[in-house]
Amino acid sequence: MDSFVLVGDAREVSTLTTSGFSDVASSNAALRGFLHGLPGVDKVGADGRAAMLGTRSIKTTAKRQAIDLAISMVDLTTLEGADTPGKVRAMCAKAVHPDPSNPDVPRVAAVCVYPDLVAEAVRAVGSSGVKVASVATAFPSGRSSLEVKVTDTELAVAAGADEVDMVIDRGAFLAGDYLKVFEEIVAIKAACGDAHLKVILETGELATYDNVRRASWLAMLAGGDFIKTSTGKVQPAATLPVTLVMLEAVRDFLDSTGRKVGVKPAGGIRTTKDAIKMLVLVKETAGDGWLDPDWFRLGASSVLNDLLMQRQKQDTGRYSGPDYFTLD
Amino acid sequence: MTERLSVRKTYKLFIGGAFPRSESGRSYVVTSAKGEFLANASKASRKDARDAVVAARKAFGGWSGATAYNRGQVIYRIAEMLESRRAQFAAELVAADGVAAKKAAELLDAAVDRLVWYAGWSDKIGAIRGSANPVAGPYFNLSSTEPTGVVAVVAPPTGPLLGLVSVIAPVIVTGNTCVVVASERAPLPSITLSEVLATSDLPGGVVNILTGGSEEIAPWLAGHMDVNGIDLTGAAPDLAKTCEELAAENLKRVLRPPADKIDWLADPGTARMTAFLETKTVWHPIGV
Repeated sequence: MDSFVLVGDAREVSTLTTSGFSDVASSNAALRGFLHGLPGVDKVGADGRAAMLGTRSIKTTAKRQAIDLAISMVDLTTLEGADTPGKVRAMCAKAVHPDPSNPDVPRVAAVCVYPDLVAEAVRAVGSSGVKVASVATAFPSGRSSLEVKVTDTELAVAAGADEVDMVIDRGAFLAGDYLKVFEEIVAIKAACGDAHLKVILETGELATYDNVRRASWLAMLAGGDFIKTSTGKVQPAATLPVTLVMLEAVRDFLDSTGRKVGVKPAGGIRTTKDAIKMLVLVKETAGDGWLDPDWFRLGASSVLNDLLMQRQKQDTGRYSGPDYFTLD
Repeated sequence: MTERLSVRKTYKLFIGGAFPRSESGRSYVVTSAKGEFLANASKASRKDARDAVVAARKAFGGWSGATAYNRGQVIYRIAEMLESRRAQFAAELVAADGVAAKKAAELLDAAVDRLVWYAGWSDKIGAIRGSANPVAGPYFNLSSTEPTGVVAVVAPPTGPLLGLVSVIAPVIVTGNTCVVVASERAPLPSITLSEVLATSDLPGGVVNILTGGSEEIAPWLAGHMDVNGIDLTGAAPDLAKTCEELAAENLKRVLRPPADKIDWLADPGTARMTAFLETKTVWHPIGV
């Protein structure tokens, strides 16, 4: 491989296999051969590049633009056992008007809830344009039969979910049973109908960046509309280098197949600084085409208050405090 | 034989129980009363002040929820630690303030005594500020003291140790947490005090000490919406006026600078403690 390729560039692969994407999933051996044929990720290089991009200084008007863009990309999430219809309604109200005292603040991209609360969320967001996403497929562990996972998805879609966040079977993936993972994604995609499918890789359990790249390609080949880092239930969640590897994967996938896939880092994004670092990473890795809520999302809940506080600091010139925003 | 080079120290800030450099990367030279080089100190920026407020807010729940007895013990422990660093403090007072060694020892004794005195108040302030109120109805009506929250303190420029202890102790003894802007000219006693605080049992974030220009930092603290009170003891008249105006936005409790020069050796009274106290009144039905 060329020595100047820093992080390992998967674009080279496409030339070898341009004709062959329809065949890659013909057998587990073929799929394995393809995924293991992806160039390895230079871990030190990826960590270094992500850290370097994290040092960019974004100030004043650029920061203001970044804050508003980040707000419009947030998937406001509540995935607790203790979620109640009331909590979901409160969260939806916040999604539509993040800062009730300031109508200039854009609405967030979507709310993300468990399947049984989808109907409540759909009612609550109404015609505001905020999408409703539902986790499905035995979230967060994904340990159930395909029938249960498909039914789980169908129920969420029937309840009105615009987007479905599925988890892959990490056990099968790590055991090398790639075809099982592939076929599961295909089956869930079919069950989704018109709903967008986000595939959660749970990168915190995949151990290596090579596996993150393989899982990304697997999810995209199987038809996922988005690839998402984590459930938020496992640490580490959405780190910068992992997001970098996934952004490279969607960029390379677009180059070689012409199909564009979105990226959603989720979990562990808590501050405005974290969010802006993500945006810098998107701009520098995948390009401007992904700087859009249709193609990049931030799965988070606490980051929204911090974004609003920073926005208010810019408006009023004084630091704000958590007393002036909702507790959630 | 070569002459030994002395170590030229650059001290850091004290935020959340840790000693970070200033976010701005700036430092300034601290000189003795005679103008000789003493050390470098960090020059805190508004972002350090912001971080300190976050740390103070985080510490507030635990510190205000601790029993008064426990808070008293911790402050007594600070006095003990101060006592064991007598020599260092005495040397710094002589260098920074230009006082004689005898006077420095007297100020040091007073600082230790002041801490012990305030430590004793922790479980007694409620007795003089709380009350059982007679009401015309079948209720117990009880008023008790509650801490105000996060308090910004502009430390006095003179009396670097005794003055500093005399403004910090009354704020924290009642359960508040604080962000202190130390004396710009003589910050070394406050830096050494932060080392004392870090090694006593005080939870990180209860006291945060920033060195640098009070003109630069204090207005940001005064305008900060998550700061609940501000003690302007060390602020010059112009700065105090600006800060008081900024503090009006979220109705901070403001302790104005005194009109006359303060005699730190005099009996402080309870005014500094009660300046940052709220009163909570509970109506409780009598019977059954």
